[in-house]
Amino acid sequence: MLDRFGLLGLFAIAALTFPLVPIIGALILSPKKPSKAKMTTYECGLEFEDFPEAAQQVWVQFRVQYYIYALIFVVFDVEVVFLYPWAVAYNALGLFAAVEMAIFIGILVMALAYAWRKGLLEWV
Amino acid sequence: MDFLNNLFTNLYDAIKLFMIDLLKGSTLTIDAQSVLVALVMAVIAISAILIFAPLTMLTLTYLERKLVGRFQSRIGANRAGPFGLLQPFADMIKFFIKEDIIPANADKLVHTLAPIAVNIPVVLAFAVLPFGKGMTALDLNVGVLYVVAVGSLTIIGIFMAGFGSSNKFALIGGMRAVAQIISYEVPQVLTLVTILLLSGTMSLNKIVEAQSGWGGMQWFIFALPVGPIAFFIFMLAAFAEAGRVPFDLPEAESELTAGYFTEYSGMKFGMFYFAEFLNLFFLCALGATLFLGGWQGPFLPGWLWLLIKAYALVFVAFWFRGTLPRFRIDHLMGLAWKVLVPLALVNIFLTTVLLPVYNALGF
Repeated sequence: MLDRFGLLGLFAIAALTFPLVPIIGALILSPKKPSKAKMTTYECGLEFEDFPEAAQQVWVQFRVQYYIYALIFVVFDVEVVFLYPWAVAYNALGLFAAVEMAIFIGILVMALAYAWRKGLLEWV
Repeated sequence: MDFLNNLFTNLYDAIKLFMIDLLKGSTLTIDAQSVLVALVMAVIAISAILIFAPLTMLTLTYLERKLVGRFQSRIGANRAGPFGLLQPFADMIKFFIKEDIIPANADKLVHTLAPIAVNIPVVLAFAVLPFGKGMTALDLNVGVLYVVAVGSLTIIGIFMAGFGSSNKFALIGGMRAVAQIISYEVPQVLTLVTILLLSGTMSLNKIVEAQSGWGGMQWFIFALPVGPIAFFIFMLAAFAEAGRVPFDLPEAESELTAGYFTEYSGMKFGMFYFAEFLNLFFLCALGATLFLGGWQGPFLPGWLWLLIKAYALVFVAFWFRGTLPRFRIDHLMGLAWKVLVPLALVNIFLTTVLLPVYNALGF
């Protein structure tokens, strides 16, 4: 089985070159005529020369909402890492494992219900 | 029929035998010879996928233009070549000769690497897809886990694009894309547990084999009632992950210009489209593999069956695009966390309860 993962490394190299080839090809083929106006950040409704600060303000603190979604996501994704082997071996494990997993999922469902109740799943 | 069915596997075996024969006369040790053969054969399998991917991309862009045109009572592309068949090639040439503009304020390294980073996981995911009988580039025994793990890497490239462009539209688009994709990832991976319970394996090849018998009635979508529910959740999440209408909020053109790839032009812009279409095709092919019996079907060759099933699902995606309006962001997130995740958990519970029945039925 390990040799297959070695071939996966070969695959990763191929996957890396795959997008590189057209991008480098386009670099060679495409014209290069940069100008100041062309290099400005795209904005809607304001002349860029008059508002140079518009581009500098982009990397600001973003709302915490996204962070909470990411936390809930991590909880569930780690849960799935436990669920997959359990699901594959389910027939061999019997009732005990089923009850165990029910408790495990139950705890996480309670966490989801708590987050739901607290309004964390509301997009504001 | 057998000839067509085994066309690619026979070709592969022929090359392998030829390689072995070629090496017999050499001075290399037996071990070195077998390693060399394995390497060359892996390179051939990889090249097959690398040829297949751009062809799929060309077909999909053409199909989307034509089909969405029809859905909207237009004709669609019809200028380049007969029926507009050369349109994808014209697009490709245009991508190559358009100027690549990097904004002065952008983080140049991140901006350049993003279109590359977005494509790597999509190509990697194709490694485990069973295109036909014996036509898997890499038959991993943890195929499903691998697909899920690799699939979630796409968001890194998308966020790099959003962040590196130094543009507000791009940043909001990137943030939305990450929030949306990780939210829909949860119901998707949870719903796959149903498949694992039914099949008892994580290898995609064995999952396909588990669906043989009874002339297609043992496809997992027919495992009533959990199969259709799981399929529904999986495909909704797949469309959301591929950023298709009605879930195309990260690139909602009427509010965010083009979302995370606002500042891209030329081939880099093209690479984002490439990743998006390939991702859509892969997820549809995965849906066909997991729920619709994969490459199995009567009369026609196996690989053709997989393509037919995958394209049928892709057609549904285009159909959605042609008919449905876009979701609102709070509805979108609400659908993932408040409807699909609980539904997927209930589905897992139902499957465990009903599993003896399914086992008796041969699923």
